[in-house]
Amino acid sequence: MNVFDIIGPVMIGPSSSHTAGAVRIGRVVNKLMDGQTPEKLEIVLSGSFAQTYRGHGTDRALLAGIMGFRSDSAEIRDALEIAKERGISYEFIKRDIPGAHPNTARITYTLADGSTGSAQAASVGGGNIRVDLINGMKVDFSGESNTLLVMHLDRPGVIAAVTTLMRWEYADLNICNFHLSREQRGGNAIMTIEIDNMPPETLIEDVRKLDHVTNAMLIRRL
Amino acid sequence: MLKYQSIQELVSAAEERGLKISELVMLDQAEAMEQTPEEIYERMRRSFEVMRESVAEGQKKDLRSMSGLTGGEGYLMKQYAESTNGGLCGDFLSKAIARALAVAGCNAAMGRIVAAPTAGSCGILPGCLVSLHEDRGIPERDIVMSIFTAGAFGMVIAANSSIAGAQGGCQAECGSAAGMAAASLVEVMGGTPSQCGDACAIAIANQLGLVCDPVAGLVEIPCIKRNVSGLMIAFSSADLALAGVGPKIPVDECVDAMREVGNALPAALKETAGGGLATTPTGVKLRKQVFGK
Repeated sequence: MNVFDIIGPVMIGPSSSHTAGAVRIGRVVNKLMDGQTPEKLEIVLSGSFAQTYRGHGTDRALLAGIMGFRSDSAEIRDALEIAKERGISYEFIKRDIPGAHPNTARITYTLADGSTGSAQAASVGGGNIRVDLINGMKVDFSGESNTLLVMHLDRPGVIAAVTTLMRWEYADLNICNFHLSREQRGGNAIMTIEIDNMPPETLIEDVRKLDHVTNAMLIRRL
Repeated sequence: MLKYQSIQELVSAAEERGLKISELVMLDQAEAMEQTPEEIYERMRRSFEVMRESVAEGQKKDLRSMSGLTGGEGYLMKQYAESTNGGLCGDFLSKAIARALAVAGCNAAMGRIVAAPTAGSCGILPGCLVSLHEDRGIPERDIVMSIFTAGAFGMVIAANSSIAGAQGGCQAECGSAAGMAAASLVEVMGGTPSQCGDACAIAIANQLGLVCDPVAGLVEIPCIKRNVSGLMIAFSSADLALAGVGPKIPVDECVDAMREVGNALPAALKETAGGGLATTPTGVKLRKQVFGK
């Protein structure tokens, strides 16, 4: 924790959990899509998100984040209209997700080329979030540290390739948490690597070049 | 490096080194965040700038919340303060009240604010500090620096108690904000580090037990006006501390008491809209008005 966790975030109101946290959940999806504009969004709201989303602007906040706006962007207020202008067809569905945190959203997107992806995350208070699922695979990161997500095929040596790259090319970076999840042996897998310090953007490009890595993204600390 | 495990730690460290708490905290945070003190200061100055923008936005006449339940409070209070030459509270305080209302109203209307420490309690610190800057002519640098003291106290409160209504009730949000603001005010007015702790203790002690009972679960009723009571308590607590009327219970024990009281509060009174004002006949009617059922 630092002093700007208390004096901050600078955000669009009214609620750090239901608005600022929701933007941040949306931004995870924006990163998943590599900043592309989706054609279609299905957004499931669970628990308290489902009950009170309109009064807190949670729907606007999620869409704004998905479109790449930040939690202090004035555009959040007009996010429904901006999404329409951009030709994004979206649907909000109120449905309780069993066992999920009370403030949970599950977002599924479809891109112009027909590819799809999804994320499920909870807003756990003070604008902080916890991401639970990416493309159906279990992850567990809070966004309190800088988080590197590496999508890859489950092959021997991929983890070593990533950490070796970090060791030799980015010697300052210190990993504070590591989590691996996979669909099945040899199938799609995802590494969640939380890092104390702020990695440069070139790390993402370098990781993407590694064998068997399908995508990489960086989610910066709140 | 500071541990932020007790307010006494901050007070003692500042007094030992002959620094203000804010100076100590800025240097410490710069080191912890691997930035220069100037960078950290500039980020805090920008936060204060946003606070001033929120005041201006929130005093617009036609401002309304997303739900339509609230709006215009900052405008009305400012008009009243100006037209009555300060109403009952006097010129300085009545304008400060208008500012706290304005920022909280700006938040409810999806305007830009600085959570301090939360969005629900975001009007208290700006109400106090923008008023000292604009109506008492305190230089910006002193004001911005004092926010480091508020932030450091908030870090201790968050670690040892809570700053979330869902965990500790409104005492954890507006109570913490008032305690933080009181410490800032004392420092700006030239008080000692120890008096900063005293002011925080008095402010927290005066809001122990305050429940979080938002109508329809929205950050509007009673949140917007609770920013005003938090601001009044911050000012009176700071004046008491500066006058030498210290607390009888030390500040860290007040924070511990806040945690215990928060734990003892039933879930219905911790941001679930299950009790208090939220379940009064009018509270229920307003909820139906916004959400249908």
